[in-house]
Amino acid sequence: MTAITDNFDLYLRGFGYTIALFVVSGIGSLLLGTFLVAMRVGPIAIMRSAAAVYVTVVRNTPLVVVFAFFAFAAPMLGITFGFLDVEIGQFEFSSLFGSAVVSLTLYTSTFVCEALRSGINAVPLGQAEAARAIGLTFGGTMTQVVLPQAFRASVPPLASVQIALLKNTSVAAVFGIAEAVYQMRALTNNYASERTVIFVCFAAGYVVLVELLSFAANRIERRWRIA
Amino acid sequence: MSANVLFDAPGPKTAARHRAYAIVTAVALVAVLAWVIYRFNEKGQFESSKWEVFVTPDYVRVLLVDGLLKTLQMAATAIIGAVAFGVVFGVGKLSDHAWVRVPSALVVEFFRAVPVLLLMVFTWYWLGINADNSSYWAVVLALTAYNGAVLAEVLRAGINAVPKGQSEAAYAIGMRKNQVMRLVQMPQAVKIMLPAIISQCIVALKDTALGIYVLAPGLTYVARQIYLDPQFNNRVPTMFVVAVLYVSVNLLLTLLATWLQKRYAGEKKIDLAAARGPRNPER
Repeated sequence: MTAITDNFDLYLRGFGYTIALFVVSGIGSLLLGTFLVAMRVGPIAIMRSAAAVYVTVVRNTPLVVVFAFFAFAAPMLGITFGFLDVEIGQFEFSSLFGSAVVSLTLYTSTFVCEALRSGINAVPLGQAEAARAIGLTFGGTMTQVVLPQAFRASVPPLASVQIALLKNTSVAAVFGIAEAVYQMRALTNNYASERTVIFVCFAAGYVVLVELLSFAANRIERRWRIA
Repeated sequence: MSANVLFDAPGPKTAARHRAYAIVTAVALVAVLAWVIYRFNEKGQFESSKWEVFVTPDYVRVLLVDGLLKTLQMAATAIIGAVAFGVVFGVGKLSDHAWVRVPSALVVEFFRAVPVLLLMVFTWYWLGINADNSSYWAVVLALTAYNGAVLAEVLRAGINAVPKGQSEAAYAIGMRKNQVMRLVQMPQAVKIMLPAIISQCIVALKDTALGIYVLAPGLTYVARQIYLDPQFNNRVPTMFVVAVLYVSVNLLLTLLATWLQKRYAGEKKIDLAAARGPRNPER
């Protein structure tokens, strides 16, 4: 138990990074995913196919490879996130953090897009027809009528996508961000005999976060449910 | 709702506007692509010395046999284990006895909430990081536990999706509980589940790439050996090859899932979201 109690600050800081990664890329993926789904159902064929190709390819690529792209290939394109150098308290948000957030956002937004598309499919046909009948354009139909209902209908799948994102932040450990799994591996290295306790403590942290998220999603779903 | 109810058939003005949008998009896409190719070219990523390794028979064999095949083997072993795990705990969750149902539910919840990478690291240390094949089994066991927990949920939803009349009729002709489960509910549930099992295969296959963190064999390991070799020094080309291999296998699996869905499940989908709140297993 000393492994955790002595290093409790590391434990908390690890989960701090996990939460920071989750919040930033969660918001990013929701925005980008909405944009993608608008392209995917929109009237312009080339946008539709571009979004479809993007979603198919990125969805089927392992997240590690997406991370690897931003670690190895992006610097060659001049994308380094070197401008990112924020320090808040004991947390450093450096270029590594930037590339992790971008990887997670790009990867998760494809799943957000699919979740929203299923939500759009759940909106009754008459809604869009009525919107068109009163003269709304595609943009108007989407923002005023269809998407508000689609968001409500897709709360459960969106929540599961966000929960998956929370767990996927652990992949950042592979690329050297000191989030929870990284700390867990380091601690296990230093306190080999206490590996089970360490594992249980870190797992408990994740379980708590996931349960909180799914509780919140349940509440939102109940609140927003269309009669 | 199909896409075309969202907008009217365009009139002449709108059609012109859409054409303009289409051209702008196309130009932007081509520009981005050209820029990427230009930058990579400038950095010498298209030099044949960086790609040669992927057409050298010996290296291709290593990449496919020690890499892809090993990865597929890990994923397949994990899925077989996961199906067994899923059947045990999925049926356990439906048990009439609280002492079976509650622990099963806890196990399933636990493994679904914990990141696979955390499971992998723990299993790796637990098996001993220097033991033979420990990293291989770390990946397989972690994926078994995670995907098994997801499949347990899928199985439970599948069994609940079998019409109630089926089990009532089976009880009516005097079957026992385990006969009803084994002979009536399970075969129908498995049929509905097949597409979900295949999509879980895709998840498992993608997650084998995480094995790089515990030094597991497979595609990412071979890839690392290739790009760390100073004579190649080709991180970007290697990454593209690995991505292409993963994406193609996954697309084949997606096709298989679609076909199975049409062939066996028909229109009847299990609505996991509705069946059990805000979490479904898609990643």
